Amino acid sequence: MSETLPLSVVNNRRLDRWIRFDADRSVRLAVGKVELGQGIITALSQIAAEELDVALGRVRVLSGDTADAPDEGSTTSSQSIEVSGASVRLIAAEVRARVLDRLAQRLNCSPDELTVEDGAFMRGDAPTGHDYWSFVQEADLAREAEGTAPRKPYGSYRIVGTSAPRLDLPAKLTGAAFIHDMTRPDLLHARILRQPGRGARLTVLDEAAVRRAAGGAFRIVRVGDFCAFVGEDETAVQRAAASVPDHATWENARQFTPDQQEAASLVGQPAIERIVGEPPTPPDAPEVMRATYSRPFVAHAALAPSCALAEYRAGSLSVWSHTQGVYPLRQSLANVLGIERERITVRHVQGAGCYGHNGADDVALDAALIAMQVPDHCIRVQWRREEEFAFEPFSTAMSISLRAGLGEDGRPTDWMAEIWAGTHVSRPSSGGNMLAAEALPTPAREPKPQDPPEANGGGGTRNAMPLYDIPVKRVLHHLVTRMPVRTSAMRGLGALPNVFAMEGFIDELAERAGQDPVAYRLGMMSEPRARRVIETVARLANWSRGPAGTGRGLGMGFSRYKNRAAYAAVIVELDVGEEVRLRRVWCAADAGLVINPDGARNQLEGGIVHAASVTLKEQVTLGAAGVTSLDWDSYPILRFSEVPEITTELIAAPEHPSLGMGECTFGPTAAAIGNAVAHGLGTRIREMPLSRERITTALLRG
Amino acid sequence: MTRFEVNGQSVEVASEATAPLLDVLRNELDLKGSRYGCGLEQCGSCMVLVDGEPAYACSREVGSIAGRHITTIEGLAAHPLIAAFLDEQAGQCGYCLSGIVVSAKALLDRNPAPGREEIVVALDRHLCRCGAHTRILRAVERAAVALREGVSA
Repeated sequence: MSETLPLSVVNNRRLDRWIRFDADRSVRLAVGKVELGQGIITALSQIAAEELDVALGRVRVLSGDTADAPDEGSTTSSQSIEVSGASVRLIAAEVRARVLDRLAQRLNCSPDELTVEDGAFMRGDAPTGHDYWSFVQEADLAREAEGTAPRKPYGSYRIVGTSAPRLDLPAKLTGAAFIHDMTRPDLLHARILRQPGRGARLTVLDEAAVRRAAGGAFRIVRVGDFCAFVGEDETAVQRAAASVPDHATWENARQFTPDQQEAASLVGQPAIERIVGEPPTPPDAPEVMRATYSRPFVAHAALAPSCALAEYRAGSLSVWSHTQGVYPLRQSLANVLGIERERITVRHVQGAGCYGHNGADDVALDAALIAMQVPDHCIRVQWRREEEFAFEPFSTAMSISLRAGLGEDGRPTDWMAEIWAGTHVSRPSSGGNMLAAEALPTPAREPKPQDPPEANGGGGTRNAMPLYDIPVKRVLHHLVTRMPVRTSAMRGLGALPNVFAMEGFIDELAERAGQDPVAYRLGMMSEPRARRVIETVARLANWSRGPAGTGRGLGMGFSRYKNRAAYAAVIVELDVGEEVRLRRVWCAADAGLVINPDGARNQLEGGIVHAASVTLKEQVTLGAAGVTSLDWDSYPILRFSEVPEITTELIAAPEHPSLGMGECTFGPTAAAIGNAVAHGLGTRIREMPLSRERITTALLRG
Repeated sequence: MTRFEVNGQSVEVASEATAPLLDVLRNELDLKGSRYGCGLEQCGSCMVLVDGEPAYACSREVGSIAGRHITTIEGLAAHPLIAAFLDEQAGQCGYCLSGIVVSAKALLDRNPAPGREEIVVALDRHLCRCGAHTRILRAVERAAVALREGVSA
């Protein structure tokens, strides 16, 4: 067995688990990674078509299906192109080589004499009369991959590296395309009466009042403090759920204080401590600079509230979900419901973009719980807008205190980041709970917080360690154990707050040294690929900074995602008066071999806009009874009128392995905005969001 | 019973008059392209045209549209906007797109040559969480050009 087999192949060795040739002369590619709007289905199809030498249009993808597709864990952390892409390439190359080997034996020739044209096998220029569909049974794909077949050199690519249009977009533009649009026989709609928090008990439900408000028939399904309204009439169950705040009484519901919505409230809380790099001793330097940066809790805020369907028939449970991982969800459902996982099938159906762990898994448990109580029906649960905003797991607030010992040249010789944050991963597969499990008669235990290890890029520590040439670097991470709200994975995990802080602080150090921020960075960056993105974006933007404090700001930010994935550098130009108005954004990125350049640009652009929204506008707010940012007015995001012009440049680096691009602009954009605001204002704001209130305060402070 | 016209076809629906138009379109008429996003007139995912004017289907009571003409995304399948959105690959998850195309159709009907600012104003009540905004703006500009050059709708 090859040492270098990608993880997905190690876990799914059989060739026919991945690739099958169907009678309609199509190729069925089965994968475990799922489409979240990032274009992965198109990119993986390109890789398979390339290695097999079939037209792209022949590839049909089955993704995320515990009955029939490989187990590739979850679709997270920019791993889909890196891991699944490498796996599909290896499998497709091996299938092609194996089939051609058998054909060469049949024809008594060398495999080198054979080529493939859109699935048909040629010997020299002459058709052999064989193709994948007629000959594949001779090659026996019911066997384990060896991983030794040669893959095509990138110089010969014809499909990989082209901007093939997204395969899933046409249906989404014109009609039914999402899990929300699925129908099944015996469909019942359901809405949840949500337990306000762990331990809360539903003591009074004025059923008559709820029925009057609903105006249509429905049944109430209750398991412990999990309660759902279920019926044929979606309008009625929606109205029932909407009326509930006036008609239900909960006891033992948790109370909150307003300060708990701020990152500063985490500092000094009980925490699990971890040190990365050198021990956190005082710096041995003549001059020391310090600054504290922060970001509050933010929401994934998917445009569509979460949705799932489930049916329990003849002892088997079928679940349809927009989860990021069908296999982990199946295991979690089995654990909570107490049935064997072999009796559960989870199939992925596309939802709205999620950007991480939102309500997708929770709503699947909701649907499954109801289905077990109401068998032989298909139960469709649709979360309400306010339910998604109140109960999705948020991205944790973070407080980041930075300290730099400076050398005589003004560059840091000793760097420390001290981070306070909740967990960045509480997926059920990482020890977290699905929401409804906390409302059951035997509630799920309080989860023990954990964070991804450094080997996986870390969570709170993600991108906290500078890539710059600094002799001594250290990170002290406090993983806060009791959080006011549930927190879990969102795009980039800790990378956005950490890069915002680090790159802001680097600008502060450059200013103290009297140096231009780009020149200062290049002066302590020896990695060639990092230098190249910084130099490229500076050229794109014609980098040249005028005086600070004029209201026009220019700023830059850089990171290599997880310090080992894609490189991105971003420059932002903006106006700042009472509030920030983004004018232009430039971005240069190096993600190795790019499978689909337009898809890659789309990911860079999306990360930039999302990061700008988080940096300028977003904060989950808390009142005494819980989350108060429950709609798009109280949780505003960036709008059409606020989005800047964006210019991206992909560095050509096809000799390097492909790297995911969905997260690499997230931190650098936040940092570039922070630095541009500081330049435009002439004073720095270190707390996100950079809102009108914060700008006013900063201007008064001077 | 409420009678109205959807995408050129006359329909009669049994839902009570106070039911949201969005529920009627999706569940009674099986037109799933109009989408639930918030139910609060804040995101635009449910946008349809009522007699040519954009309207939020999530909050509109079906009784109020008796005798009116409704256009949903399903009625725009052959509109040059669709081809333009695909040409620009204007979207990521795509959940917001049907509502945005509907609003863009209303804009182009009343202004065949909108400037960038006018497109922004027409779409500003729509939310896109994936950040495909600049592509969407380019797609509307492209569709306007196609319409002016006489590409059949």
